[in-house]
Amino acid sequence: MSESVPMPGALLAADGVPLKARLARQRRLRQLKAVLLVLPLMLFLLLTFLLPIGALLTRSVDNPEVAAVLPQTGRALAGWDGRALPGDDAFLALAQDLARAKEEKTVPELAKRLNMEEPGFRSLLQKTARKMPLAAGEAPKAALLDIDERWGELPYWRAIARNGHTVTPYYLLSALDMQQGADGTPELKAEEERAFLSIFGRTLWMSFWVTVWCLLLGYPLAYWLSQLPARRSNLLMILVLLPFWTSVLVRVAAWIVLLQREGLINSALMALGLTDAPLELAFNRVGVYIAMVHILLPFVILPAYSVMKSIPPSYMRAAISLGDHPFAAFWKIYFPQTVSGVAAGALLVFIMCIGYYITPALLGSPEEQMVSYYVAFYTNVTINWGMAAALGTLLLVATLLLYAVYQRLVGSDKLSLG
Amino acid sequence: MLPAYASLPEKAWFWLFRIFNVLVLLFLVSPLFAIVPLSFSADSFLVYPIRAFSLRWYEAFLTDGEWTRALMNSFIVAPAATLIATVLGTLASVGLASREFPAKSLLMGILVSPMVVPVVIVGVGAYLFFAPLGLTGSYLGLVLVHAALGVPFVVITVSATLAGFNTNLIRASASMGAGPLTTFMKVVMPLVAPGIISGALFAFATSFDEVVVTLFLAAPEQMTLPRQMFGGIKENISPAIAAAATILILFSVALLLTLEWLRGRAERMRTRKA
Amino acid sequence: MKKQTTLAAVLALTFAAPAFAQKSITVVSFGGANKAAQEVAFYKPFEKATATQVVAGDYNGEMAKIKAMVDAGRPSWDVVEVESPELLRGCEEGLFEKINWAKVGNKADFVKPAISECGVGIFVWSTALAYNADKLKAAPASWKDFWDVKKFPGKRGLRKGAKYTLEFALMADGVPASDVYKVLGTKAGVERAFKKLTQLKPNIQWWEAGAQPPQFLASGDVVMSSAYNGRIDAAQKEGKNLKVVWNQSIYDVDSWAIPKGAKAAEATQFIAFASKPEQQKVYASNIAYGPTNVKAIKLLPAKVASNLPTDPANLKGALPIDVAFWVEHGEDLEERFNAWAAK
Repeated sequence: MSESVPMPGALLAADGVPLKARLARQRRLRQLKAVLLVLPLMLFLLLTFLLPIGALLTRSVDNPEVAAVLPQTGRALAGWDGRALPGDDAFLALAQDLARAKEEKTVPELAKRLNMEEPGFRSLLQKTARKMPLAAGEAPKAALLDIDERWGELPYWRAIARNGHTVTPYYLLSALDMQQGADGTPELKAEEERAFLSIFGRTLWMSFWVTVWCLLLGYPLAYWLSQLPARRSNLLMILVLLPFWTSVLVRVAAWIVLLQREGLINSALMALGLTDAPLELAFNRVGVYIAMVHILLPFVILPAYSVMKSIPPSYMRAAISLGDHPFAAFWKIYFPQTVSGVAAGALLVFIMCIGYYITPALLGSPEEQMVSYYVAFYTNVTINWGMAAALGTLLLVATLLLYAVYQRLVGSDKLSLG
Repeated sequence: MLPAYASLPEKAWFWLFRIFNVLVLLFLVSPLFAIVPLSFSADSFLVYPIRAFSLRWYEAFLTDGEWTRALMNSFIVAPAATLIATVLGTLASVGLASREFPAKSLLMGILVSPMVVPVVIVGVGAYLFFAPLGLTGSYLGLVLVHAALGVPFVVITVSATLAGFNTNLIRASASMGAGPLTTFMKVVMPLVAPGIISGALFAFATSFDEVVVTLFLAAPEQMTLPRQMFGGIKENISPAIAAAATILILFSVALLLTLEWLRGRAERMRTRKA
Repeated sequence: MKKQTTLAAVLALTFAAPAFAQKSITVVSFGGANKAAQEVAFYKPFEKATATQVVAGDYNGEMAKIKAMVDAGRPSWDVVEVESPELLRGCEEGLFEKINWAKVGNKADFVKPAISECGVGIFVWSTALAYNADKLKAAPASWKDFWDVKKFPGKRGLRKGAKYTLEFALMADGVPASDVYKVLGTKAGVERAFKKLTQLKPNIQWWEAGAQPPQFLASGDVVMSSAYNGRIDAAQKEGKNLKVVWNQSIYDVDSWAIPKGAKAAEATQFIAFASKPEQQKVYASNIAYGPTNVKAIKLLPAKVASNLPTDPANLKGALPIDVAFWVEHGEDLEERFNAWAAK
């Protein structure tokens, strides 16, 4: 901006251009160069990472089936109040839509989607579609009711009317154990049908305990290592780094071998006479906790160690020499200086925990499975991609919120890896 | 460490603290030591005590078409992913090191996010997004996503190295008549290389250990070593798994030693500078 | 320079490797002992006979991969082993190619459940109660005994899924085998099955892959388990004292299917080859699943045949899976089951 209005008496560069302007141009050039350097990676991540995840998120509200397969019915039900059976035109539209769907083989998709809303809808649709098209001149309402009297029940019609839009809150509500009531407002599902709130709760709860255990075991160890002479601490650090660099699969396999009913730990305990019957250590929560703490412990130890290394020992010595008890000195002088570094490590552990899949899948029972497992379950087993996307969206939101806190805490340019 | 005049409670505390820490260290390494001997067991179940030793599971590992294919696939996918992640990540880090970079922390946040986004989401997202493009069941798809997962590690380590880099050296080199390329190769590279290499090692380890994305994206032809192990652990934990695990443990020892050596080198260079 | 050449070589290897491969088809089955038997009976002989490489893979019956591949129009699987309900549903949804029976063989040679629009039956298998005879003093005889934790203390293995599990629960609750699906078709029947399962829940250890039950049984993790009969047979051959209770077992046919858009000609060639009596005989001799080709049954020695689900003595008290029922209620019940199991 200063380029266009050169200040009178401003410094000039050798070629007569005001120095300020020249510097600004240089700056912009450098900026451009920097952006150009970052651009390839940004584009790469956009294509391989950001777009796929974005596309996944849209699936959590995507609702194409009913609108595509039953367009006429949707239009016929547009102004329907949902209190009494819809008129003849809706029945006629449905019969025509189904006849076309049968021809185009789109009934299974529709049946699958509507069956989620109303159990039994699949068979109703398939049974009805098989008898399509209606004979000429047949009264559609009577004919449909004749094929199956369930066409006289409101919930089925409401399910169709609700899904005329290509966007639905259904999956996201379901992921929160909610549903749309008769009048369309969200309400909590019946007690026995709820599942996901407790799964989210469990995910957070288990992550919390894994983090706590990592801190309880990792903090003292990091402290000890930081106090040892460099040679010894480097040597012992290898014992922390070796598992850190070892494949997670290897570690899980090792834990199964150790923890299973006739595994090493149980045989040792029984040989020592500490227990008569083998303990249940694998395929339950104990096993998952042990393996997860083992996998994530280095993520607490390494940052804690590097923070502790940077604290001059003279502070503690000064406090003690001034008459503080060593414990008091530790608590008042040393500990506060480590809090932020250790908290960052702990938060990172917590963030990684809530997305865990492999360890609970291999070492846990269904009662240990966390949100990630259900994302995979709906993707693979029931091919309910909307549901998988909705659970994934909620999980991602939780992760990103925590990640934002983490960034605040650490400052992303200060991230380091041990 | 413990002065001779320490009181009894102090002594007790000192030893308790030590014992506790030694136990934690044992907890960290014992699983690795538990699985290695089993790979030399002659039995076909993974149980102690080992009655007879043999190398039959290594033989099984090396002669079984699926395990060798998995090993080969891992050595195709991981280096390719590492290469992409390292090149793009290093370039971006150099760009980000510029002081005038706009919205730096937001951008950094995005570049590092593959490290924190749950892998299942990455896997399912890539799977559904890549399927219509014909990238599922292909090496390319797997390599691309693995590279994306490795990027944060490269960006973090290279950025950290660049942050400690003294830019006066570039000016000094230029003032002595070296061209930009010579400056880069002779001055910048030797100083930054340890950061790049350790970033690359992290990226390599990430891909080499990755199973969830592979679970979704890979067809049988692209089965990698961890994926094969995942199937094996679910199906039947045979000592072949222990053999594979032992080979992987040796591999991580090698990685670790390389990294420690690099760190030592970097430290020496730094101290020499000071 | 040298570094660059290596890099170039790596890149070339990475992206061009599939192009160099010889003619090949990808066959995906349920892994473990079943795959090992298929290797011997089907893949290796087929490779020899046709010079077509068979790339073998395994999965746990999830249809999602097939759907995603078919939707994309480029399936990387050419032949896949599927269970009957999935075959029927997939066929309805257009996931599979129609079978060209003229190229596969004479329909009259096959048992009836092996013949369908989109699939060719591979073998008859059974999900049955199995137990470790070394660990149990008395032999269990039915699902009622399976639920009896007083008489048979210890954990039980069940497949983590609604299919089979709900049927077993109803039989344990006293529903005769012939009425199981009638009862399960009602709301009250489903409640009843889940209620019965809840009773046993603290004692259940779930399994997902077919190779797990024999392992759990051998290692003593469970005292009884539902299991695929062939896997138990394989463990017996390894010297484990495991036993199968044929009473109240449920049998089904697994079929070959061709994902829509796959290499149908080669796939059909493979299926025809694998359906030959000689091949099926080798398969049944390696794992105790019954051949679908009637001629193969005749080739089998009596000792092998008596271990198969198709043996008349073993069929007594067993029931066939109700395919239509599971096509209709499968997704519902699986999701309900999953929510129940997570609690």
